[in-house]
Amino acid sequence: MLKLRQQFERMHQLVLPFSVLVVLLIINLIKGADYFKITLINGVLYGNIPNILFGASELVILSIGMTLVTAAARGQDISIGESGAISSAIFVQYVLRSGNVTIWTILAGLMISCAAGLVIGAFNGTLVSFFNVQPMVATLILFLGGRSIAFIIDGKVSPILANPISNQIGTVIPGVPIQTPIILTAVFIVIVAVILRTTNLRLYVEAVGVNPSAARLNGINPKKVIFLTFLIMGVCSAVAGFIAVNKAGRHDSVNLLKFIMMDAILAVALGGNSLAGGKFSITGSILGAYTIEVLNRTLLRLEVNPEAIKAFKAVFIIILMIIASPVVRDSGRRILDKLKASIAGPAARQRSGLPQAAAPFTDRTVQKEE
Amino acid sequence: MGTLDRTKSKTRLSNSTLLFIIAGVIFLLMYGIALLTFPVSFRQFQTFFDFFNLNAALFIVTLGMCVVMIGGGIDISVGAVCGLVTMACAMLLQSGAGNIWGAFFLALGIGLAFGLMHGVLIAYLEIQPFIITLAGMFLAQGLLTTLHKEPLNVTNPAFVALRRYTIEIPWLGSVNRLGVFIPCEIKPSVIVVVLLVVLYAVMMKWSRFGRNLYAVGGNRQSARMLGINVKRTIFLSYVLCGLTAGLSGFIFLLTTGAGNIGNGSLYEMKAIAANVMGGIMLNGGVGNLLGAPIGTLTLLTINELIRAAGVQSNLQAIVSGLLLYLFIVLQSIIVSLRSSERFKLALPLWLKPHR
Repeated sequence: MLKLRQQFERMHQLVLPFSVLVVLLIINLIKGADYFKITLINGVLYGNIPNILFGASELVILSIGMTLVTAAARGQDISIGESGAISSAIFVQYVLRSGNVTIWTILAGLMISCAAGLVIGAFNGTLVSFFNVQPMVATLILFLGGRSIAFIIDGKVSPILANPISNQIGTVIPGVPIQTPIILTAVFIVIVAVILRTTNLRLYVEAVGVNPSAARLNGINPKKVIFLTFLIMGVCSAVAGFIAVNKAGRHDSVNLLKFIMMDAILAVALGGNSLAGGKFSITGSILGAYTIEVLNRTLLRLEVNPEAIKAFKAVFIIILMIIASPVVRDSGRRILDKLKASIAGPAARQRSGLPQAAAPFTDRTVQKEE
Repeated sequence: MGTLDRTKSKTRLSNSTLLFIIAGVIFLLMYGIALLTFPVSFRQFQTFFDFFNLNAALFIVTLGMCVVMIGGGIDISVGAVCGLVTMACAMLLQSGAGNIWGAFFLALGIGLAFGLMHGVLIAYLEIQPFIITLAGMFLAQGLLTTLHKEPLNVTNPAFVALRRYTIEIPWLGSVNRLGVFIPCEIKPSVIVVVLLVVLYAVMMKWSRFGRNLYAVGGNRQSARMLGINVKRTIFLSYVLCGLTAGLSGFIFLLTTGAGNIGNGSLYEMKAIAANVMGGIMLNGGVGNLLGAPIGTLTLLTINELIRAAGVQSNLQAIVSGLLLYLFIVLQSIIVSLRSSERFKLALPLWLKPHR
């Protein structure tokens, strides 16, 4: 019973991102009825929906890590784009240095870049958990210096990653009807879901995020948990960098995953998560990430002036956050209650035998308990 | 008398003062290193004044950010607002319809509009500040690119005259190789910076709003219990930050003389870094406002030092990142040692903040 109720609460959190997604899709449908059309070209599915899934793949992976960091550390990691750039620079160098590129080279490169991601995560995590620095300040260091490190690893401006396997990872593997980044994202999501199901990670992270000292008294070491979330964030950014660099086919240390932390934080907030830590919903963040991609593509599709896209995005975010804000929601509920009471009020009160004067008082106490 | 004084001087330093002293020591240390390694350029007073002349806008942005950070919030839209203001003012001046005062009030108006929007949404609707100011940043960037995309030089004669205007300090200066005495020059914007620093410092220290802001930043719940209007205090802090960002845009235009898309980019990050170096914590409630200019000076000294050393441009960012890392670790170690009561520091009497 309790579990069911918890699940219901989690579902309740998803109402916002889901409804936004639906509204955006409806707008797209009004613009053109063939929005959901999927065509098969050379045995691969193309269309608006696959494009959205393809375009948002890095953002989805990063927003998963960002959700965990936000929930545990009560702050955001703003160096994710930079750490992705660094770890993918290492990946590119490894692949370029090894002469014959096979699938094993790529896998080994991915492992090495994940290890680099872990090191970066450990750097940020040490600052946040053991030195008690606020996450944004701690990650500001890599945000300012990270791209230069990536450039020095590259050694020159944008080395090109030209081999058939990388190309296939960035686009499609022959014989598979779905683009490879979509498959990789799905695999990553499944792995994260399995980890969250089988381990106590969710419980620990939420406990630390809600109240670190209470968590410590209950035998959970907040420092270790926060450190762990930063390690996970490092792996997420390494994988996202891997996908991004294979998509682009070359490593542009200046523009790879630039300013993606803004979108990732936005995705976390759109998913109904509090940016001040505590309970989290990864499903919400994933939905939020896809929503952002749909929003970007919708604005392009509506032929908004490309210079003004950012302004429209801002207005959209502001409207969304106003609707989702607790104050507006509370007052909305109050108005709704009043409306209900005024429609069905007098009759119901007479039936229940309550004196009319006492009714508003009881209403108010019920609201307070909520 | 001796015993009395000793007991008095053992009163605990507040975290704000401690961090401020650390920031000051770090700045003096950095400037000392700069003086020792590059005596020719750094010994001239003009180098010091040029920090202010060229970066007046950054100083002002940092002040506004400091106010918000003390209140426990964050405003990452300041850089974009600054850029938007430069372009809007440049367009107004170029169109011939407006004069300098018009541009000045336009700058304040844009800043005020953004500040009001952030304040209402964050304080009264209780939305997370990061997201709202992120939206404000997107909005300002979007408006900036819709207004004008190419760099726009201001050729309005009155404005150019104001831009060229410099104040000479006759008793300070240096003698060049030919033996000619060159007095130091400061721009009018430096005076604006100094006035603002004094004004804000007084406000944060002695006004009701400033004290309320410290209380709210430290602990919102207990501030409410004390009878402080928490929402209005937070609202005012964002309005103030917006206004300052608008003003900084005008000062930026006064420094560079052209509206450009890249104006003020990354100022929000620089301002946060400067404030952290100045001993103002992002958690809120801790920090001395005078730390903001000190932190900015430290940041600029480091950048100038690295540039003077002739390090490759990519290493510059890494070195300044590393130095930031060292400062942050140092601050956190001192604060944590202090909270575990193992580290006690009493100020000498003449440095003690009066109570």
